[in-house]
Amino acid sequence: MATVPNIRSADFDLAELRRLVAEMGGLAEAAIDDAVAALTHRDTESAAAIVKADQRIDALEAEVERRVVRLIGLRADQPDELREILAALKIAGVVERMGDYAKNIAKRVPLLVEARGIEPLAILPAMARATSEIVHAALDTFAARDAEAAVRVAQSDARVDDFYNSLFRALLTYMMENPHNITASAHLLFIAKNLERIGDHATNVAEMVYFAATGEQMGERTRGIDTLTDGN
Amino acid sequence: MAHAGKIVTVEEDMPALLDAFDMPLLLIDGFTVERANAAARRLLGTYVEGEDLRLAIRHPDATGLLSGSGEGSAQLGGLGDPERRWEMEVRPLGQSRRLVRLIDHSQAAAAERMRTDFVANASHELRTPLATLMGFIETLEEANGTNDAAIRMRFLGIMGGEARRMQRLIDDLMSLSRIEADRYVRPRESIDLASTVRVACAEIEAGGIAGGRLRLTLPDSPLLARADSSQISQLIHNIVGNALKYGREGGEVKVTLQADDGSALLLVEDEGEGISRDHLPRLTERFYRVDAGRSRAVGGTGLGLAIVKHIVERHRGRLDIASTPGIGTRVSVVLPRDAEIL
Repeated sequence: MATVPNIRSADFDLAELRRLVAEMGGLAEAAIDDAVAALTHRDTESAAAIVKADQRIDALEAEVERRVVRLIGLRADQPDELREILAALKIAGVVERMGDYAKNIAKRVPLLVEARGIEPLAILPAMARATSEIVHAALDTFAARDAEAAVRVAQSDARVDDFYNSLFRALLTYMMENPHNITASAHLLFIAKNLERIGDHATNVAEMVYFAATGEQMGERTRGIDTLTDGN
Repeated sequence: MAHAGKIVTVEEDMPALLDAFDMPLLLIDGFTVERANAAARRLLGTYVEGEDLRLAIRHPDATGLLSGSGEGSAQLGGLGDPERRWEMEVRPLGQSRRLVRLIDHSQAAAAERMRTDFVANASHELRTPLATLMGFIETLEEANGTNDAAIRMRFLGIMGGEARRMQRLIDDLMSLSRIEADRYVRPRESIDLASTVRVACAEIEAGGIAGGRLRLTLPDSPLLARADSSQISQLIHNIVGNALKYGREGGEVKVTLQADDGSALLLVEDEGEGISRDHLPRLTERFYRVDAGRSRAVGGTGLGLAIVKHIVERHRGRLDIASTPGIGTRVSVVLPRDAEIL
């Protein structure tokens, strides 16, 4: 860093803060992809590794909080930077939740080892891909500080919601057809719900990026039709 | 050195130099992106210049590689299109600067997938007749005496048929690999296409499946082309064979050869149900079948058009398949004539 001239220590701290949030994001993205891969391959070893790796995301979040407290003290007179610092804090919290959902998916893998031939299981990888795409896109808007792209990301969450709604119906039918399927189907439903929540959180990241860049809250986002009539 | 007045430092030329590569390249100092070439800006976004690279490439392995010893490589997915596979390579350049290369391995990954698909398909195709053979052999072992002579003959007939199907499949696989092996070698001998078509069609008639349905239209004078006569003969057998097998029963199959500018045009037209539009682009894939049951019933191996495609490619020709459902299919092969190859 010595070659970059005139760098103030607070600038450096903000960059470092953003870097930590991006690292958390990278870990969460990998956890989501790996958890779904572990599920489709019934790989209990890799699932256990994902559960363990979540500690790193938690540790990074604690580090982000520590730095934010220090930065707020230093930059109290800079509203633009404060906004970015707060957004980083909130995004870190959201990404930590994403990591938890991925961990939860991984934890269910050993319980599903025996569940072969459940058709809705084939839809989950497609839903997971749609979810990872939106998480990746949301973290890209954070890296690029791109408010316009953030609006597009927030709107694209409807795709994940649509997947969830169709899986919800498919799994219900499956449970009704054969009571033996209920345990596995219930786990799969939770997994689908976890992915759906990850998608929602990706939207939250995009909203935070928008707030940090513009100073305004993003308007009501367009949603897919909700399974629950009163929303979540 | 003669143009001492125009010394341009490498430093000034760097952006243009980096842009000239179509592989994403990033020059980083510490972790900050000093320069990203056009390909890298397209992949990661224009914001990366001046930013910490770990913001854009967040894969844990990449972060580990960048933060660690300073050089090495890592396999990454999910940059840009989630289906693409990248290798990130980091090399030191001087004290704190490093060059990051992103190498696209998506095609290799796709080729690997196709190869495993092919092995799986070929094994499946070979196992099916084998299972039939073994089933009948077991039944025959249990059969006894002269009373079962009629059944025995029928079973032996089926077994013979299945064994021949396996033989055809293995022959086709072998000729496919031979044609692929000489893919880059242009045929040397000069042959008369008119007589090759005439001989091949006579062989097909003699084989008994044509039943007088072939209608040949050949030019009066020889039509010379640099071609491999056995491969061209195989091409005619495969295309005309398909037309006879899938055309309407009793319907004519027209085989026309004509000179067309600098090339020779071979047309094979049948009257039949035709092929629906969705299947056309995939017809030359190995083991692709429009109607799997029917193809096996008429003794197809699933490799005929794949072989045709490879033969046409080796001869630097062009293969077109046009079809109207309910009317028929028309296969045209354009081969360059002798003069043009010279």
